[in-house]
Amino acid sequence: MSVLVNKNTRLLVQGYTGAQGTFHATQSINYGTTVVGGVTPGKGGSVHLERPVFNTVADCVKETGANASVIFVPPPFAADSIMEAADAGVALIVCITEGIPVRDMIAVRQFLKGRNVRLIGPNCPGIITPNECRIGIMPGHIFKPGNVGVVSRSGTLTYEAVGQLSVLGIGQSTCIGIGGDPIIGTTHLDAIQLLNADPDTHAIIMVGEIGGNNEEIAAAWIKDNVTKPVIGFIAGQTAPEGRRMGHAGAIAEGGSGKASDKMAAMEAAGITVCASPAEIGQKVKERLGL
Amino acid sequence: MKVVKTVEDAVTAARKILGMQLVTHQTGPQGQKVGRLLIEEALPIEKELYLGITLDRASGKNVFMASSEGGMEIEEVAHHSPEKILKEVIEPGIGLSAYQARKLAFGIGVPAASVNAAAKSMMALAKAYDEIDCSLAEINPFILLKDGRVMALDAKLNIDDNAMFRHPEFVDLRDLAEEDPLEVEASKFSLNYIKLDGNIACMVNGAGLAMGTMDIIKYAGGEPANFLDVGGGANEEQIKNALRILLSDSAVKAVFINIFGGILRCDVLATGVVNAARELGISVPIVIRMEGTNVAEGKKILAESGFNFAVADGMKDGAEQAVKAAQ
Repeated sequence: MSVLVNKNTRLLVQGYTGAQGTFHATQSINYGTTVVGGVTPGKGGSVHLERPVFNTVADCVKETGANASVIFVPPPFAADSIMEAADAGVALIVCITEGIPVRDMIAVRQFLKGRNVRLIGPNCPGIITPNECRIGIMPGHIFKPGNVGVVSRSGTLTYEAVGQLSVLGIGQSTCIGIGGDPIIGTTHLDAIQLLNADPDTHAIIMVGEIGGNNEEIAAAWIKDNVTKPVIGFIAGQTAPEGRRMGHAGAIAEGGSGKASDKMAAMEAAGITVCASPAEIGQKVKERLGL
Repeated sequence: MKVVKTVEDAVTAARKILGMQLVTHQTGPQGQKVGRLLIEEALPIEKELYLGITLDRASGKNVFMASSEGGMEIEEVAHHSPEKILKEVIEPGIGLSAYQARKLAFGIGVPAASVNAAAKSMMALAKAYDEIDCSLAEINPFILLKDGRVMALDAKLNIDDNAMFRHPEFVDLRDLAEEDPLEVEASKFSLNYIKLDGNIACMVNGAGLAMGTMDIIKYAGGEPANFLDVGGGANEEQIKNALRILLSDSAVKAVFINIFGGILRCDVLATGVVNAARELGISVPIVIRMEGTNVAEGKKILAESGFNFAVADGMKDGAEQAVKAAQ
């Protein structure tokens, strides 16, 4: 009852011995995730958190059979880390790093084409299947196993939605934080297709933000393909206009990036759109008839 | 833009423009004060064109845009006659190819004799965009002269903030006088702060929740005084400075702190807030809503601080309390 990650996920950590890598690897281990080791170039052969450290991702995969990687590497080097993981054949790469230059991500996106890997993020909180596998930085204790899938561009809004569900006694199948950067590996559409195909996901929460038109693309697909209840929220309804980089981005994409347009597209697709972020959990409860 | 014939006229026009509040599509409704002026030689213009580059998120590639409708705001063109904006995708690692540049030049009505010169400029712009990590580049107007030459008259370049580590040469170009003083102060502590017009200050972790918090304040009948994302891994020092910056806005009547701790632990937040309150003294009501990592420790620190913080149960309750407190 999950997508992408479960009990069989064998996680390696890039940037394993750094402060963030250490803190969150520890959290993941305590959560019950199978962390098989990590990579810090130059520290290969040592042991950290009772697990082996390797110089390269390729070595780590070969020795441990890792099938997923989480990246806690600083922004100037993070794009390189994603490519290293992809080249080593890691099927699922979750990049937490915030602040990777767009130019680097354009290159990464090209590099990943034709390779059989899935990237989540960057600039994301990670992915979790409650009580099975936690990859990233999410506070594990707020999650509860169940049947609602969550996809969100925002980390803290994911926690907000999940917190509301758990308080209402509604558990989650898998929660995917796709990240807020302009170029991301897994989009709303990708995540919703996965959750829609999972028989144990009975409803989907989709949290978006102003900017881009990923939410509109996902909404169009949902309209034609999804019969499960979908509950949505768009952050930034009250954000002032003109404080971003002009509107050339929206022109190139053929969408406005505005919250009102996204919400209209979602409503037209049959999605229950919440006006307030505080009512997400309640709306899920209503749509599930609980 | 003003066209003048004599030096005296130029001085008069410059006096008028300098210091005025300029409002365009890109400044927002409040406009921006003009501090500098670009003076160009007046040339016999045959045609004003538009060139621009930005990222297409969907394809993950940059897109070159060209239009025959130069000299006006491109947003207007996109709205009224989108067919007049031609686009070519820039292939990563290859750049804008000559054939693409020619296609655009012919497409926007550059005469055959000037096409190669125009194409050369376009390719140079694409190269510069890539090399200096732009997120937006615009030449508007790009002009065709009566004698067939082409020329860039005005340009706008946005640099990707995340790539500044590669471009120390740009650090000195930052003109702090053009920016809001509180925003400048916030940026010193790596805080993502944007000042707004309301009276309820908010401190939030994560851009999404920060926007959601602004939304819920409005939903509860209030007006946010700012957007403030303290980031995922804020430390006590950042929290303290964030609160100081929020409180230095004299319009602020209440503060709403909304934190869902992931990396940012609630105890770190609480300690930062308590220390800031001790150092700064608090003049307005502070409503705090905390969830997530180490929330029990955080609540304990607040309760034992001796300050009368209002602790909210959920973000709806927090927003409502803050709106009430600000009235």
